[in-house]
Amino acid sequence: MSADSLIRSSAVDAVARGRRRRANRRRTIVVVLLALIAAAFAVSLVVGRTVYPLDQVLAVVLGQDVPGASFTVGRLRLPRATLAIVAGAAFGMSGAAFQTMLRNPLASPDIIGITWGSGAAASFAIVTLGLGGASVSTIAVVAGLAVALVIYLLSRTGGLVGLRLVLIGIGVAAMLRAATLYVLSKAPQWEEQEAMRWLAGSLNGASWSSAAPAILALVVLGPLLLVLARDLDVLRLGDDTASGLGVRVERTRLLVLVVAVGLLAFATAATGPIAFVAFLAGPIAARMVGTDRPLIVPAALIGALLVVVADFVGQYLLGTRFPVGVVTGVLGAPYLLFLIIRSNRSGGSL
Amino acid sequence: MTVDHTLEARQLTVGYRDRAVLHELDLVVPPGRITAIVGANACGKSTLLRSMSRLLAPRGGQVLLDGRAVHAMPAKQLARTLGLLPQSPTAPEGITVADLVGRGRHPHQGMLTRWRAEDDAAVAEALEATGSVELADRNVDELSGGQRQRVWIAMALAQQTELLLLDEPTTFLDVSHQVDVLDLLTDLNRSRGTTVVMVLHDLNLAARYADHLIALADGRVHAAGAPAEVLDAALVEAVFGLRSTVITDPVSGSPLMLPIGRHHAG
Repeated sequence: MSADSLIRSSAVDAVARGRRRRANRRRTIVVVLLALIAAAFAVSLVVGRTVYPLDQVLAVVLGQDVPGASFTVGRLRLPRATLAIVAGAAFGMSGAAFQTMLRNPLASPDIIGITWGSGAAASFAIVTLGLGGASVSTIAVVAGLAVALVIYLLSRTGGLVGLRLVLIGIGVAAMLRAATLYVLSKAPQWEEQEAMRWLAGSLNGASWSSAAPAILALVVLGPLLLVLARDLDVLRLGDDTASGLGVRVERTRLLVLVVAVGLLAFATAATGPIAFVAFLAGPIAARMVGTDRPLIVPAALIGALLVVVADFVGQYLLGTRFPVGVVTGVLGAPYLLFLIIRSNRSGGSL
Repeated sequence: MTVDHTLEARQLTVGYRDRAVLHELDLVVPPGRITAIVGANACGKSTLLRSMSRLLAPRGGQVLLDGRAVHAMPAKQLARTLGLLPQSPTAPEGITVADLVGRGRHPHQGMLTRWRAEDDAAVAEALEATGSVELADRNVDELSGGQRQRVWIAMALAQQTELLLLDEPTTFLDVSHQVDVLDLLTDLNRSRGTTVVMVLHDLNLAARYADHLIALADGRVHAAGAPAEVLDAALVEAVFGLRSTVITDPVSGSPLMLPIGRHHAG
């Protein structure tokens, strides 16, 4: 009896120790990522064509009036860097949610066309209809959901999980990209900045008013996605096992889809479809923390870090100023090729 | 075990599209016992198990757990009483054994509750019961087929349900691991009183390990009862369309079916 309980308590200890070790590792990575984001955020406020001392930047952030810095830092750099973090986090979470839900790293919303749907609709609303603010975001969300529905209906016979959905999505993405180009070419004035935003994703011209809907969406929908993450994570064991564990499979999928598309669409309405952030964040996060835990938080952090750093690189380190999406696109394309080659070889998943 | 849960199907009709697989089927699962569902391919075995665990909605009739329709119960509440191990579950790449088994705690956790000491205890107990404590920190990808099946059973055990439904838990295992898994399920049944319901391919293993045998044919229960009472040559002929001789298993005393075939009739 006592020998038995001795064995039992040592097994419990071993299990608890292993779990704590993995949780600690994950926590460390999250803290390091947060620190890196904070550092990148600070650098992008301080450094630019003019370098402002840190105390002046801090004063501006705290709301004090500093001649010169108040405009450059307060009105230009601060909203830009904030939008970078918010949009990056939104793309990252939403991408990881899609990849987890569809059990396929290729099934991220930017690859399968949902981002392009929101982008095409937002560009149409802004460039052609001259709309702004909440109506643009609403149109982007509706378009994103509509594209998701179309892809779902087209790929339903093959099952939601699989290469068929990805292939259909890639086709849809190409069509919507063409639609975006069409909208831009019909625009009354062909503006390069606008064009870059809707084709590659850009933070140029970011202001508090353009960033506000995306920030609000992240604050509201982000926690919602985190709550759903636990059920989403159990879904990775397969639909049958998940429902045996008390997950309502269809309902969870639908909720995750709506919340993830919402996050994505609000961000896209503000920045355009920043290339490959949604696609890259999840797999990078999985490499770092392991695939056995919900990836939503680390993917959000990786997404934010990617966009802040890529925007800084695009603005100041390449000679000419490139929009952020060009930089993330250069990072993402080789990885996409790698995944396609690998999945061709093994038919494998994440 | 404090409560013996009753699980029964009443007038259960289940089908895909226009084809009914189960026709107004009635059955009662004896609580605290091991029940094996047997039958020919495509007779509706898996469909029956899937509807009992709510993976499939009935077209008519119902499945009752303690008198309540399972399809009307809250999902997590059902999952705390009735566990399910599907036929070929998929493990996410890179997951450790302890974390996979930990997923069994899902129905005991709320949307926001944190992992508790009792969850660790349940995982450790499940690992111990399945003899897989040493595997706790290994990746599930690295395990052999037999080890993996033990780990999946451990996950179902961590769920701490009084009823456990398994869809062909021995498929893809060699004969020694098949016996191993069935011994393990018998241990659980004996030590905890867990009600086990499983679909089994192998009639002889079913006859040896089950207290209660349900033979399905054409979506209906053809016979149900203790193996020694229901398993005979007539049943095998009716359910599998196979001529056979049924003798007494010299090892266990349960009935043992020997197929005759076309070439060896003596």
